[in-house]
Amino acid sequence: MIESISLLGGHGRGGEPDLVSRIDFQMGDVVSIVGPTGSGKTTLINDMELFADGNTPTGRRVLVNGVRPPAEFRNNPAANPIALITQHTSFLSDLPVREFLKTHARIRSADPSRIADTVSRTLAFANELTGEPIVLESRMTELSGGQSRALLIADATIVCDTPIVLLDEVENAGIHRSRALELLREHRKVFIFVTHDPRIALLSDYRIVMKQGAITQLLHTDEQERRCSVTVGRVDDMMSTLRERIRLGQRLQDFEMGAVA
Amino acid sequence: MKLAICAGPATSGKTAVLRHVTDKLLRAGKKVAFLKIDVQYAEEDEMFAELFGIPTRKVYSGELCPDHCNVMVLGDAIQWAKKNEADVLLVETAGLCLRCSPYVDGGLGLVVLEATSGMNLPLKVGPMLSLADMAVITKIDRVSQAEREVFRARIQDVAPSVLIREVNALHGIGIDPIVEQIDATDEAPERMLLRGNPPVGTCTICVGKKEVGWQSHFGVVRPLENQTFYRGE
Ligand SMILES: Nc1ncnc2c1ncn2[C@@H]1O[C@H](COP(=O)(O)OP(=O)(O)OP(=O)(O)O)[C@@H](O)[C@H]1O
Ligand SMILES: Nc1nc2c(ncn2[C@@H]2O[C@H](COP(=O)(O)OP(=O)(O)O)[C@@H](O)[C@H]2O)c(=O)[nH]1
Ligand SMILES: [Mg+2]
Ligand SMILES: [Mg+2]
Ligand SMILES: [Zn+2]
Repeated sequence: MIESISLLGGHGRGGEPDLVSRIDFQMGDVVSIVGPTGSGKTTLINDMELFADGNTPTGRRVLVNGVRPPAEFRNNPAANPIALITQHTSFLSDLPVREFLKTHARIRSADPSRIADTVSRTLAFANELTGEPIVLESRMTELSGGQSRALLIADATIVCDTPIVLLDEVENAGIHRSRALELLREHRKVFIFVTHDPRIALLSDYRIVMKQGAITQLLHTDEQERRCSVTVGRVDDMMSTLRERIRLGQRLQDFEMGAVA
Repeated sequence: MKLAICAGPATSGKTAVLRHVTDKLLRAGKKVAFLKIDVQYAEEDEMFAELFGIPTRKVYSGELCPDHCNVMVLGDAIQWAKKNEADVLLVETAGLCLRCSPYVDGGLGLVVLEATSGMNLPLKVGPMLSLADMAVITKIDRVSQAEREVFRARIQDVAPSVLIREVNALHGIGIDPIVEQIDATDEAPERMLLRGNPPVGTCTICVGKKEVGWQSHFGVVRPLENQTFYRGE
């Protein structure tokens, strides 16, 4: 059973130390990683996914339940407690979607009798996030950027079904983001979001701030921010509606701006 | 002295992997010699000599299948490496001939495949994969975790007993298990044998008869309408 995953600080790009020497993520935590473009956010979650042991360019180390995780986590996907949704928006894989998901379900889980069910639930999840539905017969390489991200999110949640999920800038995916957050929250896991999005950041228990490759501080979401997050949510919903209207080729002249005005 | 032979398609990352392996072996106090086998062009030997100051050599296979060339020169190469007091001889070979095995019994066989190369690659590389001891998957930084795992599954399906390790050869992440595997390999014996069975002998084209169409040839011939069968004429 995974109870916690810990990150031991290393150093930034220029060798300056991470200013937070240890972070313990507990089951149920929702955490964001924020910082300017190029500040090392992706690198930080890659360290976690690789179970870094001082062997990555950052010198960071990862512990699971307080100790060094077994090599099996890296060498056997069925034992790996981490799912990572990367920034990639295209697949190089030349397989049909069905074959891809079947293969991934097979290597990620021990129970072969549930593969068909896993594949159809994954597809259903992904199609709740996309505009145009994904079909199992299409090839992975034909999927659009948004469809690829939706499929990766669904794959990480349903196929991998791991206690720890790392998500890299899901807001840029062109998918139904608030629906994605809702669906994700139904699953009790550690969620670590790399994000530029205030809504996601304020939904988190705390955020990790990055600069020049190093961790500079941890900011716990305080009372005032929790109050703000209600308004942020409303503004964000309004922006989503606007976005959706534009997508559907509609005009905006009679659009209700009251939510922010 | 231990022997490790590293094969894999062009640009899959063989040199990048071996650079990090060499670096780690040297740091552990081992002496390393490096041999590159290629068909007609290579500069890895100069690169390794310059980077690490270790004894290096290269061989161009030219007319001969590079895997067969490997078998031809390996005896001498081992003598050469031993004379240089190497603890490990690393051989990087193109492994271009997808019928032959580049590996020998008595040495470690490493195949380097890139995660970006498409899901059917494991089905196409034949004995280069199936006869290897370890498959090293490079460029994991270029694909999603899901794709990396599906690629791993495709390799395991083709070669169930091959050990698979994933690396980022750009940053040298995941190299330790390869070094451990080299350490765990037995000393190369005096007499070594090519692994696996060489392909069917020579055909009349190999010896210079250039007419197109099987009717003009004898010995090993094959018409189009027969995917697997060769018969003597
Ligand atoms: N601690 C570190 N030590 C050395 N190099 C680092 C470190 N952190 C980040 N880098 C390097 O800095 C570059 C940018 O980092 P990264 O891609 O993680 O940024 P990011 O915050 O995810 O940016 P974006 O918002 O554009 O996605 C990469 O080349 C990465 O390898
Ligand atoms: N991004 C990335 N690039 C890699 C990796 N491994 C190798 N490369 C690059 O791939 C190219 C070919 O690598 P090289 O080692 O020369 O391949 P070889 O022909 O098999 O020896 C070089 O530009 C390497 O820098 C990796 O893990 N990640
Ligand atoms: Mg990033
Ligand atoms: Mg090379
Ligand atoms: Zn050959």
